[in-house]
Amino acid sequence: MAEVYVSSVIAAPAGAVWLAVRDFNALPAWAPFVAESRIEQNMRPDQVGCIRSFRLKDGGRIRERLLALSDFDMSCTYSILESPMGVENYIATLALIPITDGNATLATWKASFDAPPEREDGLVRDIGQNVFQAAFTALKSRFGR
Amino acid sequence: MVEVRRSTVVDAPIEEVWALLRDFNGHDTWHPAVTRSSIEDKAPADMIGAVRAFQLADGSHIREQLLALSDRERSFDYCILDAPVPLMGYVAHVRLLPVTDGEQTFWEWRSKFTAPGSREKALEKLVAEDIYEAGFRAIKQLLRGKSKPAASVPSASARTAPLPAKGEDSAQAIVMHAHGGPDVLQYQSIQVARPQSDEVRIRQRFIGVNYIDVYMRTGYFNLISPPGIPGMEAVGVIESVGSSVSGFRPGDRVAYACAPPGAYTNLRVMKADVLVHVPDFLSDEIAGASLLKGITASFLLHEVYRVKPGHVVLVHAAAGGVGLLLTQWAKALGATVIGTTSSEEKVNRIRQAGCDHAINYASTDFAQAVLDITGGAGVDVVYDAVGRDTFEGSLRALKTRGTLVSFGQASGDIGLYEIGKLANKSVTLSRPNYGHYTETRAAILMHAQRFFSMVEKGAVSIGYPRVFRLAEAAAAHQALAERNTIGSIVLSAE
Repeated sequence: MAEVYVSSVIAAPAGAVWLAVRDFNALPAWAPFVAESRIEQNMRPDQVGCIRSFRLKDGGRIRERLLALSDFDMSCTYSILESPMGVENYIATLALIPITDGNATLATWKASFDAPPEREDGLVRDIGQNVFQAAFTALKSRFGR
Repeated sequence: MVEVRRSTVVDAPIEEVWALLRDFNGHDTWHPAVTRSSIEDKAPADMIGAVRAFQLADGSHIREQLLALSDRERSFDYCILDAPVPLMGYVAHVRLLPVTDGEQTFWEWRSKFTAPGSREKALEKLVAEDIYEAGFRAIKQLLRGKSKPAASVPSASARTAPLPAKGEDSAQAIVMHAHGGPDVLQYQSIQVARPQSDEVRIRQRFIGVNYIDVYMRTGYFNLISPPGIPGMEAVGVIESVGSSVSGFRPGDRVAYACAPPGAYTNLRVMKADVLVHVPDFLSDEIAGASLLKGITASFLLHEVYRVKPGHVVLVHAAAGGVGLLLTQWAKALGATVIGTTSSEEKVNRIRQAGCDHAINYASTDFAQAVLDITGGAGVDVVYDAVGRDTFEGSLRALKTRGTLVSFGQASGDIGLYEIGKLANKSVTLSRPNYGHYTETRAAILMHAQRFFSMVEKGAVSIGYPRVFRLAEAAAAHQALAERNTIGSIVLSAE
């Protein structure tokens, strides 16, 4: 099993950052690589079990199921149902932790998945840098102060 | 129920912060509110259930018990057993998380407790500001190295005349009155001062002999302006402590491995903040022989170049003190290790130490042998302390974009080199300096603990060193210079 962990300090209160990222259907509004997204079956984006289907700017389509959402812990866990990445058992958690010193936010994003051993390193790098870190970098500049 | 939660971001890698926080008995070395701490019943500080008893600056006593500790999560929990204020049912949780886009560490400290209603607000403020936030500031300051003078080796500014000032007690030492061969090392009586407020005086037992001692003797490194006492590391027992020293007391078994020189003596005054406690599983001889080499191996393999599983590593002089450590440690990190050495006898020794391939560079073109072993690809990194005799070959043995770590010159100075040629393979060349990787107490503790834990879990083993008496330091230098040794050399100070 491969694991990815990425974290960033965002210069805004955790509550404000959480408002931007808690909407499971809002990826196009903050993740630079997502073109459009919808929630399947008329479910609400904060309904645990709902599925988001989104299209990447490079054309790929991904479907992910919301497994857990906590406004108390400010965390969101989801699994991949379909993607062009060729991963199995992919589960990821995005979580925010307040940094009281300076009223900022630690954003963490981790994932675990199975893939053929020879592809693991490349996938870890790709997901860590081109997906998670890229999204955090966008959040950082959006909330930069 | 009161809940306190404070968090901050520290400008240091998580390993450095954890090395400081993990020691349940170490808070008196950094927290401004804590003056003197000890673990009850001689328990180890990382034993779950251990109780630390400490004094606050105002003289009051507190006892706290370790409830949980995780090196994986980098977190621990503790509760208060006795305190002069009514923090009832106080349980605290400390955790660290790495900030991956920058060498930073997130640190959270939180707790829950109950208190009499009228005092809730005041106690909440006490815990949040005087304990947690004050602790954050202290660790940040410590990691910036403000409370400790840098131990920079070697540089022009590090010139010292380490002959002790006139003091009250005499001791025996090796003093060099000029730069030169082993014969400049004279055994004589010296006077040793009492410790200043931030110092301790150590009754030394064993002194490590390292190549850097030879360089300071010959003047190759400008570390001593004669007359002076050479030597960078020793182990011993604290005899007396200065008035402001906390975390160390007479009778503690300690070691150091750093500038300024002056270790070749049986009694020495040292700054307390460069010392580490020696774990019980290391004997005096082995601790005295290995701390400097262990710290060196730690920063060479984890910082100068980060060795990862699957890397192919070439270690020169793999039968030497640092070479044996690098070989075993790189294997433990999952690398394939190719070792070189200068005789058939040592070839067997380095195979036993774990080298996947052993090359006698006295009788073989080692660079060609490395290329043959790697199918022409070359190695990811070369650790080369041999210098002149191996430098060119090391470059040939590297793969494209490989790294040459040149950390010594046992065979002589490398001399001038045309760096344009490095472009043939986009080589990265590092010439690391021990002092720059051990500039703060946090760095020293991190490397020492990493080394101790490698020894404790059996990932590296250290052979019993060759022992010379302190008076025979010249003979020890001769043996080291002839490069006919396997493993390490120590001087016995007693």
